[in-house]
Amino acid sequence: MANFYGVELSSPLMLGTSQYPSPAILTDAFRNSNASVATVSVRREAGFEKAGNSFWKLIQELGVRVLPNTAGCYSVREAITTAQMARELFDTSWVKLEVIGHPDTLQPDPFGLVEAAKLLNQEGFDVFPYMTEDLILAERLLEAGCEVLMPWGSPIGTGLGLNNLYGLRSLRAHFPDVPLVIDAGLGLPSQAAQALEMGYDAVLLNTAVARAGDPVKMAVAFARAIEAGQLAYKADPMEPRDMAAPSTPVLGKAFLR
Amino acid sequence: MSLVFQVIGAGVAGLSVASELSQRGAPVRLYDRNGPPGPHACSWWAGGMLAPFCEGESAEEPVMRWGQLAADWWESMGASVKRNGSLVLALGRDQRELDRFSRRTHNHHWLNDNDLLTLEPELGGRFTRALYFPDEAHLDPRQALGALTQTLREQNVEIITSEGHFTQHAIDCRGLTAQDQLSDLRGVKGEMLVLRCPELTFNRPIRLLHPRIPIYLVPRGEGVYMLGATMLESNDRRRATVRSVLELLSSAYALHPAFGEAEIIEIGVDARPAFPDNLPRLRIRNGILFVNGLYRHGFLLAPTLARMTADYLLEKKIPEFLDAN
Ligand SMILES: Cc1cc2nc3c(=O)[nH]c(=O)nc-3n(C[C@H](O)[C@H](O)[C@H](O)COP(=O)(O)OP(=O)(O)OC[C@H]3O[C@@H](n4cnc5c(N)ncnc54)[C@H](O)[C@@H]3O)c2cc1C
Repeated sequence: MANFYGVELSSPLMLGTSQYPSPAILTDAFRNSNASVATVSVRREAGFEKAGNSFWKLIQELGVRVLPNTAGCYSVREAITTAQMARELFDTSWVKLEVIGHPDTLQPDPFGLVEAAKLLNQEGFDVFPYMTEDLILAERLLEAGCEVLMPWGSPIGTGLGLNNLYGLRSLRAHFPDVPLVIDAGLGLPSQAAQALEMGYDAVLLNTAVARAGDPVKMAVAFARAIEAGQLAYKADPMEPRDMAAPSTPVLGKAFLR
Repeated sequence: MSLVFQVIGAGVAGLSVASELSQRGAPVRLYDRNGPPGPHACSWWAGGMLAPFCEGESAEEPVMRWGQLAADWWESMGASVKRNGSLVLALGRDQRELDRFSRRTHNHHWLNDNDLLTLEPELGGRFTRALYFPDEAHLDPRQALGALTQTLREQNVEIITSEGHFTQHAIDCRGLTAQDQLSDLRGVKGEMLVLRCPELTFNRPIRLLHPRIPIYLVPRGEGVYMLGATMLESNDRRRATVRSVLELLSSAYALHPAFGEAEIIEIGVDARPAFPDNLPRLRIRNGILFVNGLYRHGFLLAPTLARMTADYLLEKKIPEFLDAN
């Protein structure tokens, strides 16, 4: 298992905590899927409330690592303030950095992202940047001090899966030693399995589980798919070929050219 | 000395419990440190939808079952209940939300643009399909709270402006304030607006689905509408944010552009008291009976909680929503 800022996670499944029918169902989804990380949206949920938010107490009681995020932030400044608030609230240096470029697609703003990442890294945060799958952006974020990258699969909440397989593969190939997490866009367990099969280290999802008819079942389905994907990657899959290739020569037939 | 029940808190929970007990002939005293219902109570800000089937989209099964009894109870207590059903809509690209909603709920049927034109003419031409829940109802929460206050007064039960006595026969209906005793009670913040838009006539609650910002409108008569409501995990009962208000208003505007000209009468906010499973319950702690956790179902489920409370206290019937450990 990859190392996330010095931490080895017990499972490559990270789950968001919003939109569940109830906290009780959220808790069950975590318990039954053994998810290792819970992301929490500080800004939208909190209203800058400091002590005594019972929902956060509940999240802390899940006993998993908390990864606060800066969801809903459109500027570097907002993102930084939110990250600082999160560090105080959850007593963690981890932050999932979101700098959103468009209110409708919730697509990351790569320019603001690099700037905010630089500043947060200087302040001693462990930054998990939510990014597009662009290679140069990845390089800039690493230069800015990030040790983990979180490319999207597709836009937040769409459930479209891994939209740009080529881009995601080259990201994996270019940065073989950087922990990579697919963040956003996953709708089905098979898509999560695909990410792990490609060598991604973890996946982060929320809507696909929280808004399923039975979130607990769906969380378990993702956990199993992820386990399968991870196992498949470790097993070193065969190289696909673009024509059927008999494994023994077929007698009496001319070789195809 | 005969036993007098001390109901503490005159929000929808306390008023319903006191009314039910009093109606069954039990002596009751009702305390609220803020006096009769007003902006200090979460109940003041509710939409007043009695929509057990729509709520089934995200709520547990008992909400649907118990919620169906609400309309009759409120009517029997003198509240004016409108039984016009409710409508659920989605904008063009969110149509899948509507399909999802239809799969998760019962007792509804589809309307096409023609049906819609007959039912709510103002929506004609704007939406091509809708889900209709004919068996749902709505009321005006402030009118309903007033009706309970009045019914109680007729039985010589006045709301006493005081903290109340947390003695043996106390029934604690303090809403979110009871967090001091119930550690698993949390607040779910809700922001709402009241708009006046005489140009528009809607006859029933309308829900507009959206993956992030679902809204609903409840008609209060004479062109007045309650527009609700955000759902945020927070105990904050005071601050309505610009973001929330903008989101609510933009969605209303998307539902019908005539809301662009509406007058903003009120911006309201409070936090709904909720347990982790978002179901209400009776709970006994240190000899005090707590009636709480109404979440977003204050008017929908208070009647059932009130009945369960009376059944339990007067007839020793163990209610479904009791947790006594
Ligand atoms: C924006 C919004 C929209 C909503 N829409 C709906 C809807 O459409 N349908 C629906 O069914 N529900 C709705 N709800 C939920 C509903 O409002 C709540 O479930 C309900 O109000 C909870 O009622 P309560 O009596 O428990 O609490 P409250 O209404 O808060 O009443 C508690 C009372 O206790 C009093 N009190 C507190 N401490 C003391 C003390 N120490 N001594 C004496 N008195 C005390 C307070 O003054 C208060 O009057 C909505 C809520 C919000 C915020």
